Amino acid sequence: MKVAESSIETADRGSPARDFVAVRGVCKSYMTRSGDNVVALRGVNLEIARDEFVTFVGPSGCGKSTLLKLISGHLKPSEGELHVNGRRLEKPSRDIGMVFQRPVLLPWRTVLDNILFPIEMLGWRIGDYMEEANRLIDLVGLRGFERARPDELSGGMQQRVAICRALVYDPQLLLMDEPFAALDAMTREELGMELLNIWTRRRKTVVFVTHSITEAVLLADRVVVMTPRPGQIVEEIPITLPRPRMLGMEFSDAFKDYVERIRGLIHSRPAAPAGNGRAHGGAA
Amino acid sequence: MSARAGLRRLVVEYGQAGVTIVGLILAWEAICDWGHVPVWLLPAPSRIARETWSIRAILPVHFLATLWAVLGGFFLALATGVPLAIAVVYSPFLRRVIYPFLLMLQSVPKVAIAPLLLIWVGYGMTSNMIVAATVAFFPIVINTATGLEAVEPELLELTSSFDASKLKIFWKVRLPWSLPYLFSSLKVAITLAVIGAVVAEFIGADKGLGYLILSSSGNMKTALMFGVLALLSLLGILCFYAVVWIEKLLCPWYLSRSRAAAA
Repeated sequence: MKVAESSIETADRGSPARDFVAVRGVCKSYMTRSGDNVVALRGVNLEIARDEFVTFVGPSGCGKSTLLKLISGHLKPSEGELHVNGRRLEKPSRDIGMVFQRPVLLPWRTVLDNILFPIEMLGWRIGDYMEEANRLIDLVGLRGFERARPDELSGGMQQRVAICRALVYDPQLLLMDEPFAALDAMTREELGMELLNIWTRRRKTVVFVTHSITEAVLLADRVVVMTPRPGQIVEEIPITLPRPRMLGMEFSDAFKDYVERIRGLIHSRPAAPAGNGRAHGGAA
Repeated sequence: MSARAGLRRLVVEYGQAGVTIVGLILAWEAICDWGHVPVWLLPAPSRIARETWSIRAILPVHFLATLWAVLGGFFLALATGVPLAIAVVYSPFLRRVIYPFLLMLQSVPKVAIAPLLLIWVGYGMTSNMIVAATVAFFPIVINTATGLEAVEPELLELTSSFDASKLKIFWKVRLPWSLPYLFSSLKVAITLAVIGAVVAEFIGADKGLGYLILSSSGNMKTALMFGVLALLSLLGILCFYAVVWIEKLLCPWYLSRSRAAAA
């Protein structure tokens, strides 16, 4: 097990760039309590290039979070294989940084200690990462709050801490599960732009799950559109809008075309009655 | 906040309660005085104070005896309850085995166990502590186990990517996470420990506030019983606020969060 991990770390950075993450023929099904077999994902094939910013978009129940958990190694596929950096994924690895919908910080720790939490858990020397933690604090504008406790921060600031925590040990792959969904619209836009800023400064492969089509298009190199029952990928749409992306771009015609196309893909599917309302809500 | 506003809040918070208590005591005094209530039935506050004061020389011994029984029982409950909660959380086997026993223990009235303990451990402070501990122990186990399991699943997902040992996750995440749960049970446990200690002293002791109440009752010294009761409630309040104070020291984050929720 240890061997597999360290080889991910040391694998040469120039290795197959097209399929830094490779998902091959993956199915995931669950057994419910009543004994029914529910298919969460069916026949998923996906390749993500190194340093690419990919968003998964789709209504609730389309399996986008399940797919993310599979890529993180926290779930095992029922069928198929996942490879990250040329290695078959067997279990969660330190090569992956995660940000969730809720910040899930440790409430008794200061901002700085929360950011350094992964270093401590990994058993690395805190002193070696102090500088990096401070750089991250500057990068997300938390300077002056290093000694504050999470309960003294707003939701947006807490999520910034969570992002720093995911980056401090320099994972190559950043997985984000609707990270801005619980924030108000303005903070959400602001953080989206900050995330792009971070991504340009420290190249990472980012997989970002959202149910906002606008957010998906604004951030991504490529939008992976998913539909539910069973969860599957219906289309992958490369976004060729110029970078750096900026707020206001969503009013351009090219942007609107992308949004219309994705919305069409999501709604053209014969959705089950229960899923209808949610699908509309997600597109808003 | 200005000093005046702070003072005002103090007056509102404690002043109203203080005025009410003083008023009740005065009314009590007046009723006993004018209604010629027999002293053995309901002594006037002034008489209670007088008679209690007259035995002041022996009070500290009894007060301290009960205090030791309470604290001993409380810490005994803490020292057994927390490890048991950890065992229950980490071992499904122990959970299946221990929980039924806990429920059995909890459903037996502790007053009924006390005579048995007297036979086993003998008469004295140790058995008083053990009785107090058996009463205080249950909420500590249940709440600590709940707290240890209340860690957010995403956080555990996160720690699992770091390959951290179970011990490390326990010290750095689970245990601190369970502290607020532990403390809410400790506030219950300390008041239960007072009950347990007094029950034990009722059954077999030659010292303690419980013993003093029992012997005053035997001698029909009702005023003294009231006086000792007041001391007992003072002891309970002191212990309770000691726990609250330690909670403030150890988990300030939790208190500020609950204050924010209340606002």
